Amino acid sequence: MKSSPGVLATKPPVEKRGRRISDKVFPYLLIAPTAILILLVMVYPIFRVFYLSFQNYDLTNPFMDGFAGISNFVKLFTDDPLFFSSIGITFKWVLLQVVFQLLLGLIVALILNAKFRGRGVVRAISLVPWAVSGVLITMLWSLMYDQNSGLFNDLLIRMGILKGHIAWLADNRTFFAAIIVAELWRGIPFFAITLLASLQSIPEDIYESSAIDGCGAVRNLIYITLPFLKESIIFATLLRAIWEFNSIDMIFTMTNGGPMDQTTTLPIYMMKTAIIQGNYGYGSAIGVVSFLFLMLFAALYIKISGYGGEDA
Amino acid sequence: MKKKIRIKNILARTFLLYIPIAIILTCVLIPFLWALSTSFKTQQEFLSPTVRYLPNALNFENYSYVWQESHFGTYFLNSLMVSGISVVFIIIFCICNAYSLSRYRFKGKKFFTMFLLGTQMMPVILFIIPLFSVFKNMHLIDTPWALIVFNIVLQTPFNTLLMRSFVNGIPKEIDEAASIDGAGRATIMFKILIPMLLPGIVAVSAFAFIGCWNEFVVGFTMIQTNAKYTIPVGLKFMIGQYSVNYPALAAGSIIALIPPVILFAFIQKHLISGLSSGAVKG
Repeated sequence: MKSSPGVLATKPPVEKRGRRISDKVFPYLLIAPTAILILLVMVYPIFRVFYLSFQNYDLTNPFMDGFAGISNFVKLFTDDPLFFSSIGITFKWVLLQVVFQLLLGLIVALILNAKFRGRGVVRAISLVPWAVSGVLITMLWSLMYDQNSGLFNDLLIRMGILKGHIAWLADNRTFFAAIIVAELWRGIPFFAITLLASLQSIPEDIYESSAIDGCGAVRNLIYITLPFLKESIIFATLLRAIWEFNSIDMIFTMTNGGPMDQTTTLPIYMMKTAIIQGNYGYGSAIGVVSFLFLMLFAALYIKISGYGGEDA
Repeated sequence: MKKKIRIKNILARTFLLYIPIAIILTCVLIPFLWALSTSFKTQQEFLSPTVRYLPNALNFENYSYVWQESHFGTYFLNSLMVSGISVVFIIIFCICNAYSLSRYRFKGKKFFTMFLLGTQMMPVILFIIPLFSVFKNMHLIDTPWALIVFNIVLQTPFNTLLMRSFVNGIPKEIDEAASIDGAGRATIMFKILIPMLLPGIVAVSAFAFIGCWNEFVVGFTMIQTNAKYTIPVGLKFMIGQYSVNYPALAAGSIIALIPPVILFAFIQKHLISGLSSGAVKG
């Protein structure tokens, strides 16, 4: 090589030596801006919340500001019925959302994975609620839940199922189901998209060979499809549980935690305490407890389900 | 014999496929159609005791009312500007990250991937209080930059993983060949990789845009001047303000729905294929 004076042969090494930044440093340079920004805007504030939770820090009562020790946590666990009720409501909310979104999302995904005419259009329409924001969900569903001019009351009265008008979002019997259904409307498409993506990665010939063996649709589902989907189901339910736990925009705008604080989940309680009432210290304590809950849940869930066991 | 099987097949398809599809489409479309129909009603029509499913006439008064009187035009432009600028930065960050993760082996690569996934699990509401003081120190409170910086942080991680699956789809040999021909890193990235990555860039942009367009919590807490509200924040305050004027609110909602819904319809295919090629796996 050295003896050949060809331009092509000698150029690459010269080029490489001429580079001011080596291949070892370059990948780090590429990811540095993102890493720095996340550290500054997300990681640092999270550490700071832990510090704030040990402080008295209340905009409406600034004379008491200062180190609080564990008094915020003591109050939270011994003298705050709303805290315990919001834990229960959060649990109910997350469980119902994840279970129904998974079951219905799986059915939708299986249907949309079948071959039929106009599938592209049907898919685009069925999955579109995923792109609708929480505030807009509130708008769309409030219009239908409205006591006097909403669709539901009118439809059910015309069909003879209801006798009088119901205030769906205020009535004790219906408000929880009402917010559950509205959130399901945008949550089911999330599961359908995730599961549809993994359905498409199942090789066709597996079904062909199972058809030769005379397996029916139900057996295919149980023995081929579901095992293939296992990893995505575990991943999607975990992500979704965390998102539903944290979801705030729809409940906040639709019921504002009411009636009688019965839709006040932990994040709503924290938002109201910290942002609306200005009690940063106590709000941070609620945040820290929620965060520890989530981490514990995620760790247990990953351990029990064995997620990522194959390639980790 | 054959005829019987065919009839059985048609029946099965009707009950297992066509009827469920019809049910799904009805459930998805009714909220949209109800809002659309309400947005054309006059206040009297809306308040009349007999509920009409269709408006008497297509009147666009509610639209011009929210656009001008309720400053919806301003909110719309604010949202457009914030989301647009955010997306430009998100795309640059995502391409850099995805290129690094896809083409280089380096120490901490796995950790960085897990770090990106971990950000998806952090509740925004948890760190919003200290974030307020961080932004205050940077003089970003009540400016669109607070939303832009936040959008970048929130949207870059997942979109990086999505972008990586598109970069992985471009054979490594192409950049190796270019490198042997003497092309520098910048040439490889801008002249070769980015043009080939264009479909991925379009999909990721649309995906990120929807996320930015829908952002609510930070807009609600960090923006204090009415003229700087984005659409979700403006809508939230309109719910309190115009609780009587539902037709106007419906018109506002339809306007707010148009960009994300149209974008989603176009990218839905890329999103599914991007996810299925392993965007979310480590």
